[in-house]
Amino acid sequence: MTPVLFLAVALAGGVGAAARFMLDGVMQSRATSYPLGTLVINISGSFLLGLATGLALSAALPPEAVTIVGSGFLGGYTTFSTASVESVRLIAARRYGAAFVGSVGMLVLSVAASAGGLVLGTLA
Amino acid sequence: MSDVSPARAVRPPHLRPALIGLVLLGGSLGTAAREGLVLAVPSLGSFPLVIFLINVGGAFALGGLLGSIVDRGSRANRALSIRLFAGTGFLGGFTTYSALATGTDLLLRNGDVAAGILYAGGSLVLGLAAAAAGLAIAGSSRGREDAA
Repeated sequence: MTPVLFLAVALAGGVGAAARFMLDGVMQSRATSYPLGTLVINISGSFLLGLATGLALSAALPPEAVTIVGSGFLGGYTTFSTASVESVRLIAARRYGAAFVGSVGMLVLSVAASAGGLVLGTLA
Repeated sequence: MSDVSPARAVRPPHLRPALIGLVLLGGSLGTAAREGLVLAVPSLGSFPLVIFLINVGGAFALGGLLGSIVDRGSRANRALSIRLFAGTGFLGGFTTYSALATGTDLLLRNGDVAAGILYAGGSLVLGLAAAAAGLAIAGSSRGREDAA
């Protein structure tokens, strides 16, 4: 990987993190006490990474673009650490149903979203 | 209409340019650290070991960070900046959910069902355990500080 590509990936990750911060803030300000922002962000980001991977497999996108968007932007946009801490806090608050949605539900829906995106991308 | 907009005075963190900049900087550094590790550490066959370890380690670190931050009183502003730079930014960018989801799908798609389930289930369970451990360790050390 060239230094320029590495820097582009890092910067794209920062932009993705900022997008997550702003979108999560907007959703927290109008949603319920459930941390819906992380769920929406991780499922949508997983769909987009599946799509980018599918587009790379069908050679519709150059590999550098997929690296910047996938490892960079979407890597920074989605987050595993916040999802884990939010689920632990829901368990501590005895909100087991919400914790299940935020852990198992998020994972199953994200894998399904990524699989759908990949199929869509390979059709291109 | 007054000259000073009340909306500006109480503008929430996610709409304040300086705080968005902190998240962007932390997220860039976290992404660089993740990408650096991915490039430096060889993969274990088809199993995405590096992302697995990054996510579990990042969940532990975020638990420790959020458990140790005192975001009350005079320290509230500094605590918010640390949380956004190191937590939302760096650890949020360091860890990743999309690579976990797509990596799991690719393992399942290639017929590595056991590896796919181990990757997804192991990340989920160890991520929760790591976050809980981080919160607990930070909480107990904070308790000692408060008692001292």
